[in-house]
Amino acid sequence: MRPARRDFLRRSGALVVSFALSPAARAQQPGGHDADGLPGSLRVAPFLDSWIRIDAGGAITVCTGKAELGQGIKTALLQVAAEELRVPFERLTIVTADTQATANEGFTAGSTSMQDSGTAIRNAAAQVRELLEAEAARRWNTGVEGVHSDGGFAMGPGGQRAAYGELASGLSLHVQAKPASRFVDPRDYRVVNRPIPRVDIPGKVAGDVAYVHDLRLPGMLHARVVRPPGYGAKLVALDARAVESQPGVVKVVRDGDFVAVVAEREWTAVKAMRALAEMAKWQESTRLPDAASMPRVVLGLKSEDTVIHDKRATVPAGARTFEAAYTRPYQIHGSIGPACAVAHLEEGKLTVWSHTQGVYPDRQAIAELLGMPPAKVRVIHAEGAGCYGHNAADDAAGDAALIASHVPGRPIRVQWMREQEHAWEPFGPAMVAKVRAAMDASGRIVDWDYGVWSNTHSMRPGPAGNLLAGQHAAKAFKPAPPRPLPQPAGGGDRNAIPLYAFPSAHVVHHFIPEMPLRISALRALGAYLNVFAIESFMDELAIAAGADPVEFRLRHLEDARGRDVIQLAASRFGWKPGVRAEGGRGRGFAFARYKNLAAYCAIACEVDVDAESGRARLVRAVAAVDSGQVVNPDGLRNQIEGAILQSASWTLYEAVSFDAARVRSIDWATYPILRFGAVPETVEVHIVDRPGMPFLGSGEAGQGPTGAAIANAVADAVGRRVRDIPLKAARLRSTRG
Amino acid sequence: MKLDVNGQVHDIASEPDTPLLYVLRDELHLNGAKYGCGLGQCGACTVLADGEAIFSCVTPVSALGGRRITTLEGLGTAARPGAVQRAFIEEQAAQCGFCIPGMIVRAEALLRAHPDPTEAQIRTALQPHLCRCGTHMRILKAVRRAAKA
Repeated sequence: MRPARRDFLRRSGALVVSFALSPAARAQQPGGHDADGLPGSLRVAPFLDSWIRIDAGGAITVCTGKAELGQGIKTALLQVAAEELRVPFERLTIVTADTQATANEGFTAGSTSMQDSGTAIRNAAAQVRELLEAEAARRWNTGVEGVHSDGGFAMGPGGQRAAYGELASGLSLHVQAKPASRFVDPRDYRVVNRPIPRVDIPGKVAGDVAYVHDLRLPGMLHARVVRPPGYGAKLVALDARAVESQPGVVKVVRDGDFVAVVAEREWTAVKAMRALAEMAKWQESTRLPDAASMPRVVLGLKSEDTVIHDKRATVPAGARTFEAAYTRPYQIHGSIGPACAVAHLEEGKLTVWSHTQGVYPDRQAIAELLGMPPAKVRVIHAEGAGCYGHNAADDAAGDAALIASHVPGRPIRVQWMREQEHAWEPFGPAMVAKVRAAMDASGRIVDWDYGVWSNTHSMRPGPAGNLLAGQHAAKAFKPAPPRPLPQPAGGGDRNAIPLYAFPSAHVVHHFIPEMPLRISALRALGAYLNVFAIESFMDELAIAAGADPVEFRLRHLEDARGRDVIQLAASRFGWKPGVRAEGGRGRGFAFARYKNLAAYCAIACEVDVDAESGRARLVRAVAAVDSGQVVNPDGLRNQIEGAILQSASWTLYEAVSFDAARVRSIDWATYPILRFGAVPETVEVHIVDRPGMPFLGSGEAGQGPTGAAIANAVADAVGRRVRDIPLKAARLRSTRG
Repeated sequence: MKLDVNGQVHDIASEPDTPLLYVLRDELHLNGAKYGCGLGQCGACTVLADGEAIFSCVTPVSALGGRRITTLEGLGTAARPGAVQRAFIEEQAAQCGFCIPGMIVRAEALLRAHPDPTEAQIRTALQPHLCRCGTHMRILKAVRRAAKA
C-alpha cells in the first residue's frame, strides 16, 4: 500500500468519529438557530467548529462543504483561513465535502464557492482568532486590545506568548458565529492575493492516489453497467447464464431495465459487459426530435412564460428596428475521465465515494433509491476529472450504490465507458434567443425586447428519479418535475436581462418543461447563450450605427466596474476604433457580469478564418476580470484561461448528434473538441485589483463573453454574421461571399 | 508473462488480451495512466514502451513482452519530481489534472527525441491529447520550460 493511499483512507475515515460526536453535526440546518444576518454559508452552519478546528497539538483543520473540482478551491479556502488566523499556509489541512464531516453547503456549482464557503471560512477564522486572543488576554489578565496573533501564537503586551493549540485546549469552538468579524486589513495580507501553488498539483503530476478512480479498497470488486441503447428502451430479454458462468464473473445484476456485471477484475467486467450488451434484447423508443431542426423544435414546444424584466417606456418615433435569433445545440460536459464511484454496503450502512458536486443531495437520492434512511448512507467526495457542471458523477454513484445493494459486503467500483459518458450524461440544453431593438438616429438603443426559450438547467439529485439507476431499476422513480431556476441567478434566463442602461427593455423567459433529451447544469447554464446573443446583437447594432463596438458598449453602460474591465481588456488588446486586424483576421469584443451579480469579464479576441475550408481558429484572446478581492491571482487566471479555451471549443465545434432512437455522438471522433493544433497563440488574463471587496464567483465568468467575442471576430473576418452555435466551417463557408 | 515497468520486472497474472492500462492500474497499482476513452482518442493513458509513447488503453499486455515500460511514476515523485513534472508544477499547468499524466509522458518522449523542440513540434506532439479544462496554454508553457531545464 502506498503512503498516499493510506493517508487518503485515514483522512476519510477518522473524521467520522470526531464530527459525528460533535454537536456541530446537528447544527447544519438553520432550524432552531437564529442564523439571520450571518454571512455566506454560516447561514446553514452557524457554529465556528463546523469550519475551523484546532486540536491540542495545534493542528488546524479547515472544513468545507464544497468540493475540489480542479478549480483550486482547496488552496483558495486554505489561503483565506491562514490569512485570518494569521498562521503559515503550510500549517493548515482541509477536509472537503463529506456528509459525516462537513457542513451541508448544497452543490459546488454556479461559481459560488468563494462567496458561500470562502465567506464563511473567512469569518469563522477571524472569529476563532478573536476567541483565542480573548482567551490569552484572560490568562494574562490583560486587555484583549493588547493581544495580537502571528504564526500560530497569541502574543501579549509584556512579551507573553501562547500557542493556539494550548489556548484552544481550554476553549470550545462550538460557538455560534457573530454576523460581523474583525478582519485582517487587506494591506497586511501575506497569503491572500498571492499566487500560492495549488496543494493538489504535485500529487496529481506524480500519480499519487488523487481521484475516486484510484481508490482500491480491500476486497473491492469491479462493475460495469450495460446501458440501454437509447432513452426509453425497455429490456425484453437477457439470457445472462453464459456470462455469469465465466470465470471471474461474480454476478450479473438485473433490476428492471438496469443491468450490470460484477467481476473480480476490471477487464473481466468490461468483456462481460460487452457480451451482455450483445445478448440483451431491447425494445427501443423512437421519439427523439430531428436534430437538424432543433431551433424550430425548441420554439414549437409548450412553454411557460415569465416576464423577468419589464421597464417599458415610449419609444421615440423614427427609431430604426433590428431583430435577430441566436441558437445553441445540445452540448456535453465531456469530462476526460468517465464517471466513477465506489460503494460499500456493510452491516446496513452504505458508504459511497463519489465525484458528485453535492454530497448531501446525492445521499438523499441514493437513500431514496435503496429505501434506506439517509442517516445510514454516507457520501464522501473524492475527486474526479473536471465536471463543468452536473455530469454523470451522481449517476455513477447511484449505479455503484444499486449494485452494492445486490452484492453486500464487498466494495463495488463502477466506472463508465467513454461511449456511455457521451451518450448518457445530462447535456447542456439546446436553446433559442430572439431579440429586437430600436435605435435612434444618434446610435442609441431606445428599446430592447428579448426572449429566451429553454429547458430547466438543473435536473440534479435530490430525487432518486434524477439518477439513471432510479429511472431504470425495477422499482422505478420518475424524474422530478423540472422547474425554472429563480432570478436573479436564473437558469435558462441566466444573464438574459441586459446590464446595459436601455431606457426601455422587456425580457421574457419561455421555460420549456418537456425535455426531449436528458439535460442538466452545464457550466454557465443559460448565460452562455444569453451573453452570446446579447453581445452578438450589440455588435450588430454597433455596426449598424457605424460605431466602434467597444465605444458602443461604453455608450450604453453605466456600471463603473463593468466599464473598467471593458476599458482594461480593450487597452491590453491594443483595440483601436476603425483599425482592422492584420492578415485578413477578424477581431471581436464581448462583455458580461456573470449572473449580473458575480465577476465581471470582458474579452477581446482575434480569429483566423481559413478561406478554403471555412475553418475558424481563435488566435489571440485578452481578458480582463474583476472578481472582487482576489484570493489566488494565478488560480483566477487559470480559471479564466480555461473558460476561454473551453468556450472556444463549444463555440467552434460542438453539438450532440442523435437520430430518432439514439444519441449518435458517442466518442471524441463523433463529437470533436478543441485539439492542440487549433489552440491560440496567446491568451492573456488581466485582473482588476479590488482589495477588501466581497468575493465574486469567477469560475464560469468567461464562457459567455468568449463565445460572443469569437462570433463577433468571425463576423469581422468574413463580413457576415453567424448566429448559430457551433460556428462550424460549413456555416462559415456558406456565409462567405 | 513478465513485464518490465519502471525498471522493475513483474510477473503478470492478467489475461494476455488485457490492455496494458488495466494491468498497470489494477495489478501494479500505478495510478498515473488514466482511462479516458479506451479508443486511443484522448491520450490520458499514454505510457512509454522503449521510450516510444503508446496508448496503453488499446495495447494488449501480451504485445509488450520484452519491452521496457515507463509510466508517469517512473519519471519522479511528488517529493522528487522529474524535469517535466517539475515544469508542470512550476507553471501550475493543471486544473482537474486528469489528462496531465498523459501529457507529461508524451512530453518526456518528445524531449528525449528533440531536446530543443520548436513550438510546432510541441503542438504536433500533443495533438493526440485532449484537455477539457482548457489548460492548453499552461501545458504548452510547461513543455517549453521543461525543454529549457
